[in-house]
Amino acid sequence: MSEAIGYKRPAAGTQPNYLHAPYQSSIKRAPNKPLIRMPQTLTELTGPVYGHDRVGPLDNDLTKQHAGEPLGERMILSGRLLDENGRPVPHSLIEIWQANACGRYPHPGDQHDAPLDPNFTGYGRTVTDSEGRYRFVTIKPGAYPWRNHHNAWRPQHIHFSLFGPSFMTRLVTQMYFPGDPLLPYDPIFNCVTDQRARDSMISKFDFETTIPEFALGYHWDIVLRGRDATPMENKK
Amino acid sequence: MTLMPTASSTVGPYLHIGLTPLQVHDIAKDASKGEKIVISGRVFDGEGQPVPDALLEFWQANADGKYATPEDSQDKPLDGKFTGFGRIPTDKEGRYSFSTVKPGAVPGPGNTLQAPHILVCVFMRGMLRHLYTRIYFSDETAANANDPVLGLVEDAGRKPTLIGERTAGKAEYRWDIRMQGEGETVFFDC
Repeated sequence: MSEAIGYKRPAAGTQPNYLHAPYQSSIKRAPNKPLIRMPQTLTELTGPVYGHDRVGPLDNDLTKQHAGEPLGERMILSGRLLDENGRPVPHSLIEIWQANACGRYPHPGDQHDAPLDPNFTGYGRTVTDSEGRYRFVTIKPGAYPWRNHHNAWRPQHIHFSLFGPSFMTRLVTQMYFPGDPLLPYDPIFNCVTDQRARDSMISKFDFETTIPEFALGYHWDIVLRGRDATPMENKK
Repeated sequence: MTLMPTASSTVGPYLHIGLTPLQVHDIAKDASKGEKIVISGRVFDGEGQPVPDALLEFWQANADGKYATPEDSQDKPLDGKFTGFGRIPTDKEGRYSFSTVKPGAVPGPGNTLQAPHILVCVFMRGMLRHLYTRIYFSDETAANANDPVLGLVEDAGRKPTLIGERTAGKAEYRWDIRMQGEGETVFFDC
């Protein structure tokens, strides 16, 4: 155990703080007391081998889950799951969820006056291949209003959930789209102070993966925490 | 090559669409060894209101203190298909409940031994980055007293927030999460 190499801690400003007052829901849900720093033990350095046997071949195509075709702009979303040392993260579960093309979720909590699409649930999952690659076929999500402040709108986004090899690499995040005019106004996107870190949540239009007469391509690489070069026990 | 890890974000209010299709309430289902237990409780925000849009993930060793992953190189037996992983959303009253088996002890830093515990990863609307905490067991007094992680909690008054309270006469534990205020749960930076 004393030989275990732990995961690096994030650089200042590259991850959100728990309290980000412009995002009002964080005010009563962020811890007030400082977190207690602890070493990463075997518990933290391990994690589930989870869900792989429950991923079907069509689970990464969100346009094929119902009898008809969903409305909206089809897109191919692909990229790689990497760690911060640049190594691919193979055979790892990715789950995504998103609004439909009109900016509506099929969820009892979503009361936005925009139509549901009977042919779109907005949920998909896949497992990265041996080189960390993933691919989804979906519909470009719409922007939607929320009640955080006056005239608040969420930019178009897709939620991502990722595991990697341990509970230290667990990540839930949101992917955004290039050129979205709502990004400067969104308190959730802007909770990250480091601009490079913020911009890393924005996908790129990808002509290479765009399919003629069918769908536009977008590319987004996701980076999980990576292991430190030296065993934690030796660090002061 | 060094890359910057992708920034975390909140699961948002519609987390159920993305994170409940693969939920796991019954971790005990595949266990052949160990005491079957039920752990339940509620999640509260800083005003004492229940949190109906949280998701909890659990990770634990089997009854022999072995994690079901190749990342655990200990020479201890796996228990069939027991994964030690659970994932559940809270309900409208902020409640959660799951069944499992009591985990065995696992090694800690240096030559220490950790008391039986379950890692908890907390997600919710309003939380931009998940939080880590732990559930220990109230009937493990001696092991808890020597646990290297519980030992990091200097304010003894906060330790009970990390300990599931066993219901007399039943294999059940009660453990709540309080985000703020009196009894604020201990969360870890790891």
